Amino acid sequence: MTQSLLGREHPLSSAVEQLRVLNNFSPAQTPFDENLAASGLFPLTATGIETLQINVGKLCNQTCHHCHVDAAPDRKEIMTRETAELCLDVLRDSEIPKLDITGGAPELNPNFRRLVTEARRLDRHVMDRCNLSVLLLPSQKDLGHFLAANQVEIIASLPYFAAERTDSQRGAGVFDKSVEALRRLNALGYGREGTGLTINLVYNPTGAFLPPQQEAVEADFKRELAARHGIVFNALYVITNMPISRFLEFLLRTNNYDRYMQRLIRAYNPGAAAGVMCRNTLSVGWDGSLYDCDFNQMLDLPISHGAPAHIRDFARGRLDRRRIFTGQHCYGCTAGAGSSCGGATV
Amino acid sequence: MSSYYHQDDLGRFGDVGKNAPGLWEKFQAWYNAVFAPGALSEREKCLIALAVSHAVQCPYCIDAYTQACLEKGSNLEQMTEAVHVAAAIRGGASLVHSVQMRNVAENLSM
Repeated sequence: MTQSLLGREHPLSSAVEQLRVLNNFSPAQTPFDENLAASGLFPLTATGIETLQINVGKLCNQTCHHCHVDAAPDRKEIMTRETAELCLDVLRDSEIPKLDITGGAPELNPNFRRLVTEARRLDRHVMDRCNLSVLLLPSQKDLGHFLAANQVEIIASLPYFAAERTDSQRGAGVFDKSVEALRRLNALGYGREGTGLTINLVYNPTGAFLPPQQEAVEADFKRELAARHGIVFNALYVITNMPISRFLEFLLRTNNYDRYMQRLIRAYNPGAAAGVMCRNTLSVGWDGSLYDCDFNQMLDLPISHGAPAHIRDFARGRLDRRRIFTGQHCYGCTAGAGSSCGGATV
Repeated sequence: MSSYYHQDDLGRFGDVGKNAPGLWEKFQAWYNAVFAPGALSEREKCLIALAVSHAVQCPYCIDAYTQACLEKGSNLEQMTEAVHVAAAIRGGASLVHSVQMRNVAENLSM
């Protein structure tokens, strides 16, 4: 696969079509809001804003099979300088402690470094959701130094410690590039004690199954990456694949959709529902629109119920306790030990 | 009926308890206790279950424990080796009976 769903003019490139599939559920599927109500959590509300998560665009140098953004080299939606400045204004005028920059490959946005340096100047913790291979692009050869100099926490996708499973999800040759990038980051001090430079890896299942227990698979990754490649890292986050966009296309194409949804629903965990990341995160789209999370963003489900819907209208008081839009896809964050951009939640 | 086995039937396993609920509840409690982490990890127990599933040739069990092994973090190399263990024991069990054959043959022979 070298093109996005949009580039292939696939029906599932449309959020409307994805929602049609998700909402056309059989009686065997318990509606998410019903489970939420049984857990005493409906309607789900925010508890504050700890993290401003900015999706700076869909441009990426990879085309991963499970990507919920449908990011790819052929996607051109990208956050402008003007919108990036609005995000920085919000950081300046609030005390939101964390900035989480995602994409696409966020580093390919020409405003990425401006966002990082200004947020760091404001003494905010900055996280970069990095695909690793971006560090090997000729245009990004100083990226590692830049991230280290600004003490940016790197959160890097690596679905497995061996090439076959990694490449089956992220594309041929990606594992080798990822290993090379990790070696360079280790050489800069990332993942090494006493440097203050943090690199956390992200495990996504390479198919229609739930992730393993985070601690168990983290131990495997640490042992195998050190033994095979001499690589160290801080922590491993396990993240459940969300049944939207390209992963939804995979589920439907392989006739795994019903089974996967049943698996998620059977594994619904009220504790994970109480700790979902949308409750303390505000998600900003490339055009400045506001969402409860990156997944709602990709499903074109903006913040509703009267709270501001664009970064230019940011009003913390009204967003802090906003009502969160929920649907069947939310089972992806509430299964088992829970799933968030910071891994398991329970 | 095209096949005696249907994937959806795995989800109806609980129906077995309809006519003997007390026994079903005991089975479930015991089954869940067996697979809880103990001296062996959940991952190890799932690999044993996968191997046994192949030994008893149960399609439902193979389906369930393939998924369970993946969800416990096992990879296909480990799962394949586990199945080879089951196959080796099955094959070895046949072969070791040839000692019986030899005993009988020796007894019958001059």
